[in-house]
Amino acid sequence: MKESHARGRLADRLEGGLPRLVLAPTFAAILVFVYGFIAWTAWISLTNSRLLPNYKFVGIAQYITLFTREPRWWVAILNLFVFSSLFIAFCIALGLILAVLLDQRVRAEGFFRTIYLYPMALSFIVTGAAWKWILNPDLGLERLVQQLGFSGFTFRWLVDSKMAIYTVVLAAVWQSAGFVLALFLAGLRGIDDSIIKAAQVDGASLPRIYWRIIIPSLRPVFLSSVIILSHIAIKSFDLVMVLTRGGPGYSTDMPATFMYAFAFNRGRLAFGAASAMVMFLAVMALIVPYLYSELRGTRNA
Amino acid sequence: MKRLVIAVLLVGLVAFGAMAGEVEVLHWWTSGGEAAAVAVLKQLLEKEGHTWKDFAVAGGGGDAAMTVLKSRAVAGNPPTAAQVKGPQIQLWGDEGVLTNLDDVAKAEKWDTLLPKVVADVMKYQGHYVAVPVNVHRINWMWVNPAVFKKAGAKIPTTWAEFETAAKKIQAAGFIPVAWGGEPWQEATVFETIVAGLGGTDFYKQSMIEAKPEALNSATMVKVLETLRMVTQYTDKGAPGRSWNLATAMVIKGEAAMQFMGDWAKGEFTAAGKKPDVDYIAARAPGTAKQFLFNIDSFIMFKVKSAENEKAQKAMARLILQPDFQKVFNVNKGSIPVRMGMPASAFDIPAQLSMKDFAASSKSGDLVPSMAHEMAVFPAIRGAIMDVVTNYINSDLSAKDAAAQMANAVQAAM
Repeated sequence: MKESHARGRLADRLEGGLPRLVLAPTFAAILVFVYGFIAWTAWISLTNSRLLPNYKFVGIAQYITLFTREPRWWVAILNLFVFSSLFIAFCIALGLILAVLLDQRVRAEGFFRTIYLYPMALSFIVTGAAWKWILNPDLGLERLVQQLGFSGFTFRWLVDSKMAIYTVVLAAVWQSAGFVLALFLAGLRGIDDSIIKAAQVDGASLPRIYWRIIIPSLRPVFLSSVIILSHIAIKSFDLVMVLTRGGPGYSTDMPATFMYAFAFNRGRLAFGAASAMVMFLAVMALIVPYLYSELRGTRNA
Repeated sequence: MKRLVIAVLLVGLVAFGAMAGEVEVLHWWTSGGEAAAVAVLKQLLEKEGHTWKDFAVAGGGGDAAMTVLKSRAVAGNPPTAAQVKGPQIQLWGDEGVLTNLDDVAKAEKWDTLLPKVVADVMKYQGHYVAVPVNVHRINWMWVNPAVFKKAGAKIPTTWAEFETAAKKIQAAGFIPVAWGGEPWQEATVFETIVAGLGGTDFYKQSMIEAKPEALNSATMVKVLETLRMVTQYTDKGAPGRSWNLATAMVIKGEAAMQFMGDWAKGEFTAAGKKPDVDYIAARAPGTAKQFLFNIDSFIMFKVKSAENEKAQKAMARLILQPDFQKVFNVNKGSIPVRMGMPASAFDIPAQLSMKDFAASSKSGDLVPSMAHEMAVFPAIRGAIMDVVTNYINSDLSAKDAAAQMANAVQAAM
């Protein structure tokens, strides 16, 4: 009796420890290659590394130079804010509206859903190249409309320093709105029918039902979309590189392209590392409160 | 006894085979003419019994190749030779990984074959660590004479004449300057104006020594104003255009001139155009005596085995010998860096270039190009280029831009 009990406990412990054992290699790899190298980048940003890494500590001099003597960095940060906020706002608005429209049990729903989701299958590089040709004043939209007869039509955003960042927003929204549409559509389908029926019995009109009941209950989908979209926005290196290469001058520079140029092309490794750490801290500032609220929520539940 | 003899012979053969070393060469010459040119060096090396291990990393400007090189160097396993040019050679020398080529230099008399300006770039603390391969000239102006004739304009020799000619060309309905709005192209035109308007001494102080007083000076303000003037005569599709598309505009007769280095000649030749008939290679306004050079070179790393070192020294020797210099440069469209080569194998623009190379070397007007990473460290070049490209693409004033340039250079040092 005792023997079988002991064997049971050993088997239990093994069964409990097996997932940990299986995950251990991956966990170790992530610890070293992700967090270890983040720590390495942080260390490099506190040194004076130029071409190759050099480990002599010089304090936060690189950060000071970055924020006080580098006008291109401020352009990059401003562009990140403008791009992220417009990208997230337009993607969510467009995705939500399209999802609501598709939710009306239209006939060719599957067909429309596929069309809207298709751009997501392209890489940002393809999107960037295609939109670069479309928005080129000599080859694309402007020339097309002028040839249609509207000879005074101009659409020079791509080659205008002040407007080029909005072309990046345009291309990115075109690519990602379909993905948000899919998320919202799934969320809409998950809403309990009985609530809607109850509201209809109470005499509420359809727009009011959407505004007051359905959209608020989609709050988790909003949150996931914002998290995923902001991650795409901060990562947007390939889209900018292909569409504008940093834009007329450096007007569409982003922290990611800034970091690459300074760390690898200009032999200012520590300076680039400092800009990378600032990007990292910005992402942390978004993620940590989110994680905190999620964990606190589950504990209370 | 017989078995002993055979064994000794076998060992001897193997040992003889092991006398030939291997060179692993990192470069980014992957397109047609360039790859053919590198193949020549490979053949010459293999004729001497060594092996060539090619390590080509595609990517025109060499960015990808440089990143690969850095990771190899940090890992302690650099290739035998790598295509690195300009002040970057000094940065690599600082890391202590480069070998000493003084014995080859002395035997081949490199100090007499190379202009001093060039030899200094190849030396680290007085010792040769790199070997130059070719010379490109930056300050060319590629002209379509038919467009000039139709507009009734004269090919300009000064920047003031340029404005007159550009106005006439624009009035005749052509685009005066074919422009590619990429930072390096904008920097190329910028430094051409610095040399043409400011003179060689000003160029040396601002673009090579990067002195803040030279960068934030009245001459620099004048240079920047001239640059702004030149950009008025470009077309709206210029931002982001690659250089060969701009050359195509000149070839097709849509634009009158392009300020570009001598690699643009390849585009004209490929389009079947003849020099002095369909196109004219003129010196950029104001730079008739000056030669802004861009020299590709191979740096040599310290290698562990003696045979590989022999192969490495053989490669360095072969690069500067007349056979390779002739074949490589005819294939690549540049001119030999070895002085005193017969000009008969080269075409007319190249012959003109070779004459100017020798003449400017004597007169002290042979200067390294800032825009093509020959004059200053990459950090300083990047700082200057940022200011120039921002100036061109915004409504920053010339005075503010000059001040920003001095600030940026000091911050980058």
